[in-house]
Amino acid sequence: MKELTIAMPKGRIFEEAVVMLKEAGYNLPPEFDDSRKLIIEVPEENLRFILAKPMDVPTYVEHGVADIGIAGKDVMLEEERHVYELLDLKISHCYLAVAGLPDTEMNEVAPRIATKYPNVASSYFREQGEQVEIIKLNGSIEIAPIIGLTDRIVDIVSTGRTLKENGLVEYEHIVDITSRLIANPVSYRLMHDRISEMTDRLEKVVNG
Amino acid sequence: MSKLFMFEKPIGMRDTFPHLYSLKKEIRMNIENEMMNWGYEFMETPALEYDETVGEASAILDQQLFKLLDQQGRTLVLRPDMTTPIARVAASKLLKDRNPLRLAYAANLFRAQQREGGRPAEFEQIGVELIGDSTVSADAETIALMASVLKASGLKDFTIAVGHVGFLQELFLQIVGTEERAEKLRKHLYEKNYVGYRKHVDSLPLSSIDKKRLIDVLHIQGNGGSIEKAEALLEGEGGRGALRELEELLSVLKDYGVEDYVKMDVSLVSHMSYYTGVLFEVYADNVGFVLGNGGRYDNLLKKFGAEVGATGFGIRMDYLMEALGKSVVQAQPALILFSAERRKEAAAKAAEFRENQQPVIVQDVKGVTDLDSFTAGFKEVYSFIGKAGDQA
Repeated sequence: MKELTIAMPKGRIFEEAVVMLKEAGYNLPPEFDDSRKLIIEVPEENLRFILAKPMDVPTYVEHGVADIGIAGKDVMLEEERHVYELLDLKISHCYLAVAGLPDTEMNEVAPRIATKYPNVASSYFREQGEQVEIIKLNGSIEIAPIIGLTDRIVDIVSTGRTLKENGLVEYEHIVDITSRLIANPVSYRLMHDRISEMTDRLEKVVNG
Repeated sequence: MSKLFMFEKPIGMRDTFPHLYSLKKEIRMNIENEMMNWGYEFMETPALEYDETVGEASAILDQQLFKLLDQQGRTLVLRPDMTTPIARVAASKLLKDRNPLRLAYAANLFRAQQREGGRPAEFEQIGVELIGDSTVSADAETIALMASVLKASGLKDFTIAVGHVGFLQELFLQIVGTEERAEKLRKHLYEKNYVGYRKHVDSLPLSSIDKKRLIDVLHIQGNGGSIEKAEALLEGEGGRGALRELEELLSVLKDYGVEDYVKMDVSLVSHMSYYTGVLFEVYADNVGFVLGNGGRYDNLLKKFGAEVGATGFGIRMDYLMEALGKSVVQAQPALILFSAERRKEAAAKAAEFRENQQPVIVQDVKGVTDLDSFTAGFKEVYSFIGKAGDQA
């Protein structure tokens, strides 16, 4: 039987996801978490793990080089990949929000937004009936309003501490984010039994 | 924007190099022969159509169309599929001569360019349309033909998932009551968002039994007992017709001997409003994208003024070639080198080869700068150089 390839996001979500897989009864080696390898084989379970940048997980899954993957809903919204979203793992809770300096208005002529999520930001503001100019940044988004690059930012908020420390306030809550189990459309149909078994086992863990 | 380099071509466009061309031609020929053996007649339509007619009627979303203007200022589209142009021709002309009509095509289609690789904006599709026949036999014929052409192309492992639009439609209507609410559920499935679907189901004011029916339907797959399981979810008469059709379809596919390639899947959904009955998709193990798909589209011909049903399928050549993964060993041409004084002998030798359908290149030695590297590419070399009778 062909092994099942799983694309996992490196970093914090990875650790949480590994705990869940172990709780779901998957026999993963003890040193699994601190390996620096990018591809880890687990022959006992007929599984193969690919470690990827969180933003890239849906890409691997869409192209079918990974059968399933774990991806944040933020990435799913931003990337709009043709993949199945099978299960809400309810880990890595956070939300996307609009933030800026306190007591400020957006520029009327050309309101500017800095974000790592240009698609999400653009469609959010369009739905609000506002046309904004998006400036894409790759990190430290909070700086943008402080140094006068943009009026607002759209970014992930988990505790709100980073915003506070940088003197920013939240203006609007866009959408709640958690991690999702996703699947390639062809793999989902061809390896349905194995994938739905994993979905069921993980679902039991999610529901405690 | 940066200045273009001379080697660049528009995004999403691909060249077909000679070895790939031969491979493509061989696969296409095998498929075409099989389709013709089933009585399907090949035809061509123009690459450009009016946006107002074919563009509007096509199932391909507006933002995926390639558009341009003609000299009169009318919007044209590069054909995004072949089903719609064929429906145009069938309704306006061919159906008057024969009904039902069996047509086939192999054509390049165009979809809007996308930044990322792996999504060509021009690609070849090969397929058939069976127009004017609304029986289950017609649905079965297209599926059996699809299996048969894939086998003819050399593909061994593939799976055809078969579903029916009518079942989910009726099940949803029975449970949520209105078409509008059913549409919301279908939209989640169409977008492959099962998490959103579950959350939506949870939020509905339904009994826990009805919620379970909506969730359970996602888990019905496979040929053994899935129709019975699907039927158990239904209350009342609606939706049973669709399942009877699937049952009949499966039994006809058994008669065709292709049931091993087929997998019933009542949760299969495709384009939101295009397909009206049986629908199917085909997958190969080693390709992450859907190889081809098809189904019954009884509303399309109406748009062109003919009140008939139709069914058909299309296979993506690029994905099929990826699935086959083979490269043909090209028939290597022989090489005849000549110098001017022996041109006649060389021509006579070449004629001999060509009469036997063997490819041969005839090359003047003076035209080659590096003779050694040129001849190294050939296994069979004949020289007609220097005085007559000096053959090497």
